[in-house]
Amino acid sequence: MKNIDLVIIGGGPAGMSAAVAAYDAGVRDLLILERDSHLGGILQQCIHNGFGLHRFGEELTGPEYAYRYEAMVKERGIPAKLNTMVLDISPEKVITATNTEEGVFQLRAKAIILAMGCRERSKGALNIAGTRPAGIYSAGTAQKFVNMKGYMPGKDVVILGSGDIGLIMARRMTLEGAKVHAVCELMPYSGGLARNIEQCLHDFGIPLKLSHTVVEIHGKERVTGVTIAKVDERRRPIPETREYIPCDTLLLSVGLIPENELSKTAKVPLDRVTNGAVVDQDRQTEIPGVFACGNVLHVHDLVDFVSEEADIAGKSAADYVKGLDADAVNVALHTDGKVRYTVPQRITKKKDVTVFFRVSDVFRNVTVKVTDNAGNVVYSRKKLKVAPGEMESITLKPDAFADATDLYFELEG
Amino acid sequence: MYDVAVIGAGVIGGMIARKLAAYNLGIVVIEKKHDVATGATAANSAIVHAGFDAKEGSLKAKLNVKGSEMMAKVCEELGVKYRNNGSLVIGFGEEDEATLKTLYERGVKNGVKNLKLLSAAELQALEPNISKNATCALHAPTGSIVCPYELTFAAIGNAMDNGAELMLDSEVTAIREENGHYVITAGNATVEACYIVNAAGLYTDTIAGMVGDKSFTVHPRRGEYVLLDKEMGTLVSHTIFRTPSKMGKGILVSPTVDGNLLTGPTSVDMEDKEDKSTTPEGLGRVMKEAGENVEGIRFGATITSFCGLRAVGSTGDFIINIPRHGFVNVAGIESPGLSSAPAIAEYVADLLAGDGLKLEPKAGYNPRREAMHAFREMSMDEKNAVIAKDPAYGRVICRCETVTEGEILHAIRTNPKPRDLDGVKRRTRAQMGRCQGGFCSPYIVEMLAKEMNVPYEAVTKFGGNSVVNFGRTKEEI
Repeated sequence: MKNIDLVIIGGGPAGMSAAVAAYDAGVRDLLILERDSHLGGILQQCIHNGFGLHRFGEELTGPEYAYRYEAMVKERGIPAKLNTMVLDISPEKVITATNTEEGVFQLRAKAIILAMGCRERSKGALNIAGTRPAGIYSAGTAQKFVNMKGYMPGKDVVILGSGDIGLIMARRMTLEGAKVHAVCELMPYSGGLARNIEQCLHDFGIPLKLSHTVVEIHGKERVTGVTIAKVDERRRPIPETREYIPCDTLLLSVGLIPENELSKTAKVPLDRVTNGAVVDQDRQTEIPGVFACGNVLHVHDLVDFVSEEADIAGKSAADYVKGLDADAVNVALHTDGKVRYTVPQRITKKKDVTVFFRVSDVFRNVTVKVTDNAGNVVYSRKKLKVAPGEMESITLKPDAFADATDLYFELEG
Repeated sequence: MYDVAVIGAGVIGGMIARKLAAYNLGIVVIEKKHDVATGATAANSAIVHAGFDAKEGSLKAKLNVKGSEMMAKVCEELGVKYRNNGSLVIGFGEEDEATLKTLYERGVKNGVKNLKLLSAAELQALEPNISKNATCALHAPTGSIVCPYELTFAAIGNAMDNGAELMLDSEVTAIREENGHYVITAGNATVEACYIVNAAGLYTDTIAGMVGDKSFTVHPRRGEYVLLDKEMGTLVSHTIFRTPSKMGKGILVSPTVDGNLLTGPTSVDMEDKEDKSTTPEGLGRVMKEAGENVEGIRFGATITSFCGLRAVGSTGDFIINIPRHGFVNVAGIESPGLSSAPAIAEYVADLLAGDGLKLEPKAGYNPRREAMHAFREMSMDEKNAVIAKDPAYGRVICRCETVTEGEILHAIRTNPKPRDLDGVKRRTRAQMGRCQGGFCSPYIVEMLAKEMNVPYEAVTKFGGNSVVNFGRTKEEI
């Protein structure tokens, strides 16, 4: 079995950024494993613009953003095995992978960066009543058909869920000549970015129906229509509001799930809220030498933030490979439910740490407050509005909680 | 001119065709749908029942016990997954206990082996996740699980390997008698056969009507199911039934041979033989009652929900008879139809022989079919051996279920050949995992289009108008 310093699982934006950061921090014996035929991950099919404003100070399309990183990977001569699927990662950091040329092979890694990204929630978990015809796709699958394969999976479309991919696909399908009748969102607010609601729905006159869901799918062979209904405050459909919309396609954009199947084979402890690994400020999981970043860790709003996080993971993995001592991790972060989760979940007191978090609902005029286990307020800031669709972050200064073992994140007011 | 035309390519028609293919006979299986195993066979509980349910002396009782005993060998020959996991009927309170005792006695009379009544403690020891409120159980160690459509693919594939023919997209619309044989209008074709086996599931009454037999009717009984992720697949190892009551047989919870957890079915009599829609009430009931029987089921881990239609005959028993020379009805094959299938096939062969069909063993008949080797279940050495032979086995197409390009191509090229996305799904499990084809279906469409030499947009989900794409972008659609 071959030994190697660092293996990065996944050659999407997170994997590429992490590889570049690790290389720049001195790691030379490293390898990216990517299951697709190209680097870039899901960015390849995101042909719309809006990527890179934070990272590159300009607006790029997904493929352009991916290309920039691919160029950095190539410049450095970082090797990547494409068309290679990782089948298993053991807790001892032995990676089993397969491809057509080498068959099944194993690598023993000093350090691993998990960068597998996320997948879309399928219709299964929704248990929508009605028939099971052709014409029901996740928004990302439709995006693949349209942008990568050049085929139209629908002409008359209803979209359930207002996640960003759903919003983007509302616009894409419209531009390709389809009619998008409505975007239904179960919650009283959208899970997507405000800018996407403006640019993808409002600009094209596509109605966003908040507090609405699809209650029944019709059609024996191909979808012929859906019945939608308004839901009450407990998200139960209100029968009197049922409305039939003829359509041939139902697209689903009902959430993204970090793809942690491999993290599970490696026995990496996961956070029940993020469905990603529990990590410290260095993005190290609870298994020393195993790091995670990008959408496999928690779902991000912007790829720019994925790259930022991957930089941290790549740099930390390099330190680990070099045998440098990591900062002691001795503070656990907790949330009150209104703050749904934090990443990282555990931090050090040795340096400033930026903590990312999401909230459970739309809250206006609230205070983000962090207290320590002695009841001292270590951070407090008023916010006009926080929403589940927009990730928040604060930077904690260790001077403020020198004696703490636990920090509690809450929303007040 | 065929010797036998089997109408209907479900598990019953398939097993009969396979049985008859052992003899020197010209056999054709006629199916109206785009693929085999799409009716009740595609959506049922996937259980090989021990045989204590059916009334003593009924055809159901006799064929169930016999079929259940035959199933392991049949599956071994056909390379089909089969697991003898045992079943438990659990009860809550005295009334259930009395019913279980009756079931036990009936089972013994039916010839079911090793039945045992269990106390609450014995039950908990066998299955720790069973509801703590359960007070008693009937344990049937011979109860097993099998995948009904996998069995059907294998049976029809094996029949085809032994010379039987398969006609798909061929709805039978008329049957007439001519010079002592039957002339069948099937789709656009005409098929001539000396004998007809009517295994058309829900439509057996219609087919029988075409030869003037109006002695029975068949109606659909809806059963809704919720299938859960493999992470739930080990909550129980036995198939867990609720004690039957006036309210019916209740919701079962069972592992599947593929490692998922299956819950269902509801039981609602219907009129429309095509209405396979699920309902909020039905799915709600499945989830509620499954949760009452087994603790720890997380329905957030649902992979899919679906509805099957049982073909319920008007007599209460299986309807297997010869209403006129050369014509055999195999109707009303509701539960325990899957369990009985191997025995039904033998029974039908005997009936045909009694009606004058000559059954001469065929030279070179091969009862075996090679198993569809799943890459994910191979050892590392086995994986490398198949990749060395065919590199396509090194490329994973379905990441959730780890299905390789090699397996999909093999399935597309193996009888009975799949011609649509669902056909590939049910043969290989690609698209059957937690992302439900989100990632891999665009690739599988491409593979099907290439293998069948049809345009990309011609590929369907399950035939007919179930198109996946309407045409190219930038063109008139």
